[in-house]
Amino acid sequence: MSESLLMKGNEALAEAAIRAGCRFYFGYPITPQNEISEYMARRLGEHGGVFVQAESEVSSINMVYGAAGAGGRVLISSSSPGISLMQEAISYIAGAELPCVIVNMSRGGPGLGGIQPSQSDYFQATKGGGHGDYRMIVLAPATIQEGCDLMATAFELADKYRNPVMVLGDGMIGQMMEPVVFPEVLDATELPPKPWATTGAKGRKRNIISSIYLDPEELDAHNWRLEEKYRKIRESEVRYEVLHGDDAEWFFVAYGTVARICTAVIQRLRKEGVKAGLIRPISLWPFPDEAFEKVADRAKGFLTVEMSTGQMVEDVRLAVNGRKPVYFYGRTGGAVPTPRSVERRLRDMMDGKVPSQTDYFDRVGGAK
Amino acid sequence: MIPVYTRPKSLTDVVTHYCPGCPHGIAHRLVAETIDELGIQERTVGVASVGCSVFSYNYFDVDFQQAAHGRAPAVATGIKRVNPECIVFTYQGDGDLASIGMAEIVHAAVRGENITVIFINNAIYGMTGGQMAPTTLVGQKTTTSPFGRDPSTQGYPVKISELLSTIKGAHYVARFSLHNPANIQRAKQGIKKAFQNQIEGKGFSLVELLSTCSTNWGMTPQNALKWLEENMIPEYPLGEFKTGEGE
Repeated sequence: MSESLLMKGNEALAEAAIRAGCRFYFGYPITPQNEISEYMARRLGEHGGVFVQAESEVSSINMVYGAAGAGGRVLISSSSPGISLMQEAISYIAGAELPCVIVNMSRGGPGLGGIQPSQSDYFQATKGGGHGDYRMIVLAPATIQEGCDLMATAFELADKYRNPVMVLGDGMIGQMMEPVVFPEVLDATELPPKPWATTGAKGRKRNIISSIYLDPEELDAHNWRLEEKYRKIRESEVRYEVLHGDDAEWFFVAYGTVARICTAVIQRLRKEGVKAGLIRPISLWPFPDEAFEKVADRAKGFLTVEMSTGQMVEDVRLAVNGRKPVYFYGRTGGAVPTPRSVERRLRDMMDGKVPSQTDYFDRVGGAK
Repeated sequence: MIPVYTRPKSLTDVVTHYCPGCPHGIAHRLVAETIDELGIQERTVGVASVGCSVFSYNYFDVDFQQAAHGRAPAVATGIKRVNPECIVFTYQGDGDLASIGMAEIVHAAVRGENITVIFINNAIYGMTGGQMAPTTLVGQKTTTSPFGRDPSTQGYPVKISELLSTIKGAHYVARFSLHNPANIQRAKQGIKKAFQNQIEGKGFSLVELLSTCSTNWGMTPQNALKWLEENMIPEYPLGEFKTGEGE
């Protein structure tokens, strides 16, 4: 049995990637995820792997394109502004159907923003941050242990669907320390072969990795073939957790760090007899609509809590589809919703009031 | 009868999309001959760029990856780091390499990345219809320098080989021209050296090939070759700028 180790989130995720067979890492410094690069620089060589610090995020993600196309199990990590720079290549990677895992330890934006935890990259991650019709699988851990477990899942899904997979954390997940138990090191030689990779055309026809289709009919066919793949992912790869799904009437909807705050609030509310529950999407794309189907009839209302001005709440509204009220509460820029503020919003909702969206307008007055 | 001139094994038997009179065909042939002569077809991986050579993967009978605009050296880095036994080359034009891809080419050289770069410099953006490139000569008319490139607002031509030869990590940097048979032969020797270096693990090698774009220069192919000789070579002197000797 593996022992439990106390580790910083970023380092734990890097170790989990190595244990999941990742042997190639490309990065560029940006806070708050530098420990991933630093860990890889120290440790990847021990496993026969390669660490490259690129000259920019643009270059690093294009190295990922090349390495993934050459058949490597590849990881890249960055934080929000760096992920923005990578969007063109992520679109190419999706278009050329290459497997890779991208970690975004997101921080507050827009622009240079701040370096504190944020969830304001939800749209970018789940709605196609780059150009064209493509989708990226997005997994959001709420604990460091879950992040490590999802790292292996991310590599498996990337290979299975030949698609980029993002592990979307936030500065909190990256920077805090928690106990974690790692799986055994995966035998990288036992991974399924990649006969499509550009490894030199010895004894076979040449392989070509490309995303260009100048003929409209061909590009249309390519896009609909991709869409068919995305449909299969929507069908098979939805991941979520529901707390108190059997009796809850008032649901929080939250992912990652914020889901933990909501869980603490639920424990307190339950002691006072409030039937509160939680829907925690783990796969942000595909979004777990089915979690809402199961509870929508009984639920009296949903309160989406995010470290953003309201991004995932749009998907929650689509899933609930007008059947029950959906409200939102959020903080941004590194400000984290407090349990007290979260509880007050739920109690407002229970009292039939529209909860205020943010503490900011509470302080300065203005729109609700 | 013994054929003395045949299609290189590493070129596919298809009609290219290049304009009549375009030297891309010559450059392709030189690279393919080199791959054949060095016996590396089964372990070569090419990286196509964005520009007229975007479809070069259709013409080389080797594994290929098509890269985003300017990023071919980064893509080649990824391929080479995963499979060091592969011989990896990029094939890039001057818009791709000398403008949008300047960071990638400079830093591939800085890292001494063991790859081969074939750089076609024809002083213009061909694929997009003849816009000014960083390599466009002073006074040269293009669709975005319709009155001739004016240094006071548009600067001067960038000399990639000279620039890269200042970088310690670059092992071999040389400029050749494709305007006549004698120079084509010299270019062939340079290309071969650039691939041989990679086989021997010597590091980053770049061959710049002066070329023409008769379509966008608005000249006949013959006049374009003459214009290259009379105008480009004085600006872009030929020769080996860095040979890795004595290092």
